[in-house]
Amino acid sequence: MTFPVVALPLPPPASRVPGPAAPLDVQRIREDFPILHQRIRGKRLVYLDNAATSQKPQTVIDAITRFYTVENANIHRGVHYLSEQATAAYDQAREKIARFLNARSSAEIIFTRGTTDGINLVAQSYARTFLKTGDEILITGMEHHSNIVPWQLVCEQTGAVLRAAPITDAGELDIEAFERLLTDRTRFVAVVHLSNALGTINPVKRLIELAHARGIPVLVDGAQSAPHLQVDVQELDCDFFAFSGHKLYGPTGVGVLYGRQSLLERMPPYQGGGDMIMTVTLERSTWAPLPAKFEAGTPMIAQVLGLGAALDYVSSIGLERIAAWEHQLLTFATERVVGIDGIQVIGTARNKASVLSFVMEGVHPHDVGTILDDEGVAIRAGHHCAQPVMQRFGVPATARASFAFYNTLEEIDSLVNGLLRVKKMLA
Amino acid sequence: MATLNALYQELILDHNRAPRNYRSMDNANRRVEGHNPLCGDRLTVWLRMEGDLIEDVAFQGSGCAISRASASLMTTAVKGKARPDVEALVDRFHRLVTGSLDPAETELLGKLAVFSGISQFPVRVKCASLSWHALKAALERPDAVVSTE
Repeated sequence: MTFPVVALPLPPPASRVPGPAAPLDVQRIREDFPILHQRIRGKRLVYLDNAATSQKPQTVIDAITRFYTVENANIHRGVHYLSEQATAAYDQAREKIARFLNARSSAEIIFTRGTTDGINLVAQSYARTFLKTGDEILITGMEHHSNIVPWQLVCEQTGAVLRAAPITDAGELDIEAFERLLTDRTRFVAVVHLSNALGTINPVKRLIELAHARGIPVLVDGAQSAPHLQVDVQELDCDFFAFSGHKLYGPTGVGVLYGRQSLLERMPPYQGGGDMIMTVTLERSTWAPLPAKFEAGTPMIAQVLGLGAALDYVSSIGLERIAAWEHQLLTFATERVVGIDGIQVIGTARNKASVLSFVMEGVHPHDVGTILDDEGVAIRAGHHCAQPVMQRFGVPATARASFAFYNTLEEIDSLVNGLLRVKKMLA
Repeated sequence: MATLNALYQELILDHNRAPRNYRSMDNANRRVEGHNPLCGDRLTVWLRMEGDLIEDVAFQGSGCAISRASASLMTTAVKGKARPDVEALVDRFHRLVTGSLDPAETELLGKLAVFSGISQFPVRVKCASLSWHALKAALERPDAVVSTE
């Protein structure tokens, strides 16, 4: 299979073609996820911790097993059959991802360890190279630590200053404040697409327009959005987009950084080693073209193939249908949980997806999590790697239920019943 | 098998609802902050020592039912006790919550034996330990900040 290396538009994948979205057959879909069929502490597993990591369909598990059983070889090296096959499969997965994000070319798709790795790559290769003392990097007050700390590190290295646009009581970005913070000193913007702690969907297209009007490149943290929203990097016009495989029904240890080709070309390598070079002498080396320039060493081949299988699975259902069902789940869960006296939802933005964060009066989220676990209901309790968000809302932690398209309305009933038990025991 | 009732016993629920010695202390001569970075919980323990004797003890802070009840029961257990006895108690309590205490020794803990179920919930051991770490630090060196990590 060949792939255009110049900026030719790719044909739209089936899931992108607009059409009437048939409702999901959730029971059928659940059959594809073996882990959902077990009992936890004698109760049926109700997995509502999808923002932490999603479960894997059998096709993903099979792709990884098949690779290690009959396909395993290193890529871009051997002249033997297995290596050629593995190389072709690896490159094909990259093309799938380019189509999934609607990138102009697969040269813009860099495999990483995950979202965190992708953001660190941009911080160290782009920001560290091009920023200097007094320059500013703008983020928001609802970032995950992975979209804060890499910028703090690069600020220490370059003398640049990190600014954060505030959020409102509803957990929405204060767009006017964001606009005011875009100044002549701003050299880079990094924003989360879908907040893992609040569920807020940021108007990233608008934010990118505002930044681009000043010639400022923008990175979008897509860790939570890639599994739940249809992402089109050309339509967003973002310069970088990072996501993780494991939140998108794929394996851990693999992620993707999309980068605009013209920027990736200007950036120096992030890591040096095998596979990323053109020539090496003991005096100096030259770099391989994109995307290899940013992929030093033997990559996570099995995980990349697993991610490819995950994208095939997601595309076979269609993100529009996935998003429509998840919206129903979130709406239903929000109504039911808000109906419990003493529960306050943290994050009440108008535009939300997949995440329901809340606190129960007089009860610590850890106790909520432990008692729900006894009911077989898995949620997250804690600061969600977003301590500034917790500080903004004056809570040490929240309880968070986060949904995926394999969740059912009955599972939300289990969540609510569990919360009533928590209340009875502790409140 | 770990059961919820082993964790949330009535005595623990009671001390969570109405923690004892839950106040700040103006005339304390030892004050230590405990911090659990995993969950963001913080609590402060105040001591008024007269020589080796804990004359008064108090705590305040945010935390789960386990950490509140543990801190509350701790204050009732150590008030009026001498330092060597308290240090022995700290050591015994630590072995209880980590599951390494000889059952024969458990009864020496009195009411604190209510935390014997904690060792079945490894992620909650830190909740029960936080105030005790702070107490230990307060005895060893005033004005320390301790962390469960």
